[in-house]
Amino acid sequence: MTWSDMSPLLWEATGQTAQMVAWSTLFTVLFGLPLGVALVATDRGGLFPAPVVRRVLGVVVNVGRSLPFIVLMIAVIPVTRMITGTTIGTGAAAVPLTIGAVPFFARLVETALRGVGRDVVQAAQAMGASRGTIVGKVLLPEALPGLIAALTVTVVTLISYSAMAGVIGGGGLGDLAVRYGYQRFETGLMIVTVVVLVVIVQAVQSLGDAVSHRLTRR
Amino acid sequence: MIKVSGLRKAYGSVVAVDGVDLHVREGEIFGVLGRSGAGKSTLLRCVNLLERPTEGSVTVGGQELTALGERELRRARQGIGMIHQHFALLSSRTVAGNVAFPLEIMGVPRDERARRVEELLDLVGLAGKAGAYPAQLSGGQKQRVGIARALAGRPSVLLSDEATSALDPGTTQSILALLKRLNRDFGLTILLITHEMDVIKSVCDSAAIMSEGRIEEAGRIADLLARPGSRLTEELFPLPPAEPGSVTITFTGTYSGRADEPVVSQVVRKFDVDVNILGGALEDVAGVSAGRLRVRLTGEESDAALRYLRDRGLLVEVASR
Repeated sequence: MTWSDMSPLLWEATGQTAQMVAWSTLFTVLFGLPLGVALVATDRGGLFPAPVVRRVLGVVVNVGRSLPFIVLMIAVIPVTRMITGTTIGTGAAAVPLTIGAVPFFARLVETALRGVGRDVVQAAQAMGASRGTIVGKVLLPEALPGLIAALTVTVVTLISYSAMAGVIGGGGLGDLAVRYGYQRFETGLMIVTVVVLVVIVQAVQSLGDAVSHRLTRR
Repeated sequence: MIKVSGLRKAYGSVVAVDGVDLHVREGEIFGVLGRSGAGKSTLLRCVNLLERPTEGSVTVGGQELTALGERELRRARQGIGMIHQHFALLSSRTVAGNVAFPLEIMGVPRDERARRVEELLDLVGLAGKAGAYPAQLSGGQKQRVGIARALAGRPSVLLSDEATSALDPGTTQSILALLKRLNRDFGLTILLITHEMDVIKSVCDSAAIMSEGRIEEAGRIADLLARPGSRLTEELFPLPPAEPGSVTITFTGTYSGRADEPVVSQVVRKFDVDVNILGGALEDVAGVSAGRLRVRLTGEESDAALRYLRDRGLLVEVASR
């Protein structure tokens, strides 16, 4: 295979990966951030103590986290059909990717929020801040560098999960490597794909680190 | 200004505050002294209900906080400032942003906020630091930000939770001087807790000693010094254990005898006694000089000499033989 053969394949696959990761990142933040806040807030001594809710959320998150992504992807096919109307393709792949990443991201958000000092939260309470204000103006801004780091790790994880999306016809770089590099013995393409993946992951991580560092005022 | 009655706070079987009554008068600085674990921090946090008391009531500025619902309690808290041992500043906000925070909570409009922040930073001597982040400040500066923030809502009461415990002695004194100035200039009532005797000595009008969840002694410092066997006096002017027959003389502002009066030499001149000084301490406390002197009197006229000292208005305690 020559470079001119590989190039269009690579561009297409990179676009598919980008699309899957972008959509699933968006929805992961949309659902995972509130879930992470809920995990912290419903804890004993939290802003909205609710031990039963907290335990249920904990179990749900752990179940999500314990399923291997490839299994989860197959298992949620009915849900995928319900949401996207189809079970194959890039759009359909975003559904299991989101479902797989939400519990992961929520746990990271939980850890980042727990890093905010109790004394800061209590100081806000002593000023008469409502619980909503404390979440919006104390917890989230104070944890922002940690949240960006959590997001970075999640995006990298999503890139890696998306490599399995080939199973349900999502395409992407991982699928390309399996179909051409492995099944057709195109070692050259395999190597190039791996290099592209490494470069993308490295870029994402560096960007995340830089933003997180810039936001750190400690 | 602050009235705490029958306050009890238990965590399961651990009782942190065990039936405390406390009365802080308007415009005074009241210090609660105690070792760590004495329950003083819990007591302070019960005053603005950061901790819900298990039993008892708390009234601040005539408003019974323990009877309020959540919304009213939040409103009431906006009128009670609080400063913290480790400052509790928002690291993601500048100095100005930190001071503006309580004003945002109160819904003060933006331009009024900016004006008030400037005023407050001026007041605490941080006019040039508005744009700095807390991490760029020294401990003393951080506490000044904490004080400016606590004053943002023009509170009538300030609660201080070991506000100087993380600071070095020089900085401690400057922060205490600032608190004293705010107390004097604005009539701000301050309730502080501390384990540092120096804090009580240099700024407090009244004090309480707390141990194992109970108040052992409370009142105006001048009154406490005049009370025989006072724990506070013991803490303020530590002397070695009294030997049998030794005499402890306490000088305070409430007595006619002043600390700088040469009573000891007068006694020696007037009576046929010898005075052997065993120990002593003298300091300015609550704005008056006060002290204790431990002596041994020997000679024919010892009893007459003691009577003379008592007549001079001094507190004279003789350790029993």
